[in-house]
Amino acid sequence: MKKITLILIAACAILLLAAPPFLKNYGVYLLSYWLVFVIATMGLNLTVGYAGQKSLGHAAFFGIGAYTVAILMKAGFSFWLGLPAAALICFIVGIALGFPALRVQTIYLAFATLGFNTAVWLVMRNEEWLTGGTFGINNIARPSLFGYSLEGNLAYYYFVLGTAVVLGALQWGLLRSPWGKAFTALRDNPIRAESLGINTRSYTLLSFAIGAVYAGIAGALFASLVQFIEPAPFTVGASIMMYLMVVVGGPGYFLGPLLGSAVGVILPEWLRFAQAWYLFVFGSAVVLLMIWLPDGLLSIPDRIKAKRQAREASAARAAAAQQQGAR
Amino acid sequence: MTDFLQLFFSGMATGAIYSLAALGFTLLWQASGTINFAQGEFVMLPAFMMLGFMSIGAPLAVSFAMTVVLAVLLLGWVFKRGLVDPLFKFGMMPIVVATIGLSIAMRNGLRAGYSAEAHPFPSLFADKLFNIAGVTITLADVGTFAVALILVFVVQAFMTKTVTGRAMQAVAQNTESASVLGINVPRMIFYAFAINAVLAVAAALLVTPTYLAKFDMGESLGNKAFFAAIIGGFNNSRGALLGGLIVGVCENLAAAYISPAYKDAVALVIFMVVILFKPQGLLGKKVERKV
Repeated sequence: MKKITLILIAACAILLLAAPPFLKNYGVYLLSYWLVFVIATMGLNLTVGYAGQKSLGHAAFFGIGAYTVAILMKAGFSFWLGLPAAALICFIVGIALGFPALRVQTIYLAFATLGFNTAVWLVMRNEEWLTGGTFGINNIARPSLFGYSLEGNLAYYYFVLGTAVVLGALQWGLLRSPWGKAFTALRDNPIRAESLGINTRSYTLLSFAIGAVYAGIAGALFASLVQFIEPAPFTVGASIMMYLMVVVGGPGYFLGPLLGSAVGVILPEWLRFAQAWYLFVFGSAVVLLMIWLPDGLLSIPDRIKAKRQAREASAARAAAAQQQGAR
Repeated sequence: MTDFLQLFFSGMATGAIYSLAALGFTLLWQASGTINFAQGEFVMLPAFMMLGFMSIGAPLAVSFAMTVVLAVLLLGWVFKRGLVDPLFKFGMMPIVVATIGLSIAMRNGLRAGYSAEAHPFPSLFADKLFNIAGVTITLADVGTFAVALILVFVVQAFMTKTVTGRAMQAVAQNTESASVLGINVPRMIFYAFAINAVLAVAAALLVTPTYLAKFDMGESLGNKAFFAAIIGGFNNSRGALLGGLIVGVCENLAAAYISPAYKDAVALVIFMVVILFKPQGLLGKKVERKV
């Protein structure tokens, strides 16, 4: 890694650790909200950016995680049981959804996951005995950790930050393991990956399931953060938004979700003055971004590098040609 | 039994509209490998264009004609030149993402710039009921079904019987050989976009009287049209018709006999079942995967 990247990461870390106590309550809340989405889109980035599976149902897993924790906590169980339960359920559902994904690819898969999202959302809305329907579930408590209460916004923020860092480190390790290599091989050329002996079936399923686990954990944190859940944040629209966050940030870039989630979560707050026009601006920006930068914002440095290399190469060629001419 | 028939027939009318939207979708796919996630918004926008023309005093037929021209220009030409052409070289996914962005922009632009409310829309057909063997059918249902069906068959006939249509099919099947044969490939692809735009305007004309003109009316329509297209077979225009009718009818039956709350999941369930057994769709041809 280059020095400048390290310095940037260190600066970000210090900012994230030191700044919140100076922020107003709402700012801290917003930052926690952002981190929750960073975790969720980290999972989606694994599925979409690294493994190349087009999933448009990520908010369903996000919702499953949130509702699992909320329902378990209402039934009297601890958050610390709910969180792994949310992760486990998402893993299982992710595998189950992965099976149709094995039969269909690209756009068909996008629609299958989109439909799955609709189905999950309908269950959330209609099964009132379980989910409270449109009234949702309120008064979801925040947990305590080793005797420290995470009730306060600041305490909860640090908890979410810690979780995000741990999950980020896990993903960093995963991507550098043979599994991670297999995922990217799957994305770049599925048929070649298969012929190299990678079991495409199980890796497709795994990429789905691990992405779902990230969403589930994010959902669990989300439920405790907002303390009131209802079906609205888990619609197809939310899934599409998460997908766009990954694409805007840069799919297949490790830090893409940080940037993408900021565009999706924090930017709207800055663009408050635009109010109703925000989504219009966002949608148009996505179109323009796709036309100019189809690989996302984080591909800008790579692009500049590629351009410089091309220029240097052509300069070298010109110099060589000149030398030949002189001789 | 009469209940069943009643539900069946009104489902056919809805299904015919899904077919129209699905047909435009398969056309774009065949001609240019484009998947337009904004297809539903492509129906929504003409509805408001027509309302706009009518509000300045044009009769329905005139505003329809003007909307067709405007739609071919905007949803056909501008869409193709501005979005599809520059993105084509990057493959399918950037186009998908860009059209998702486009649908968000269109939906919310209209909401913010015009209105979030539902607007009534005049019906093409008079308020009349037919009573056949105890089954009551509205003229609107019959008319919608008939118009949609005629449009689907006209497009079919155009594609198979005319020289231009055949040229379009040649482009869809093998772009390189088509250009070697002297076919103007970009023009043929543009025709597909233009037909898609016209079909969208027709769908808007048929669907808006029942659904009302609303900024988010395209959302569920677009989704169901996509499911319909896939159920019937992505690369087959007749498949779009079949898929649309299946989704429309099953949805209506499920709403009555199973649960209205889960009506929107019907298309999904059929879709899942179909792709599990026949991933290429009911009438679709298998496409070999490329290395």
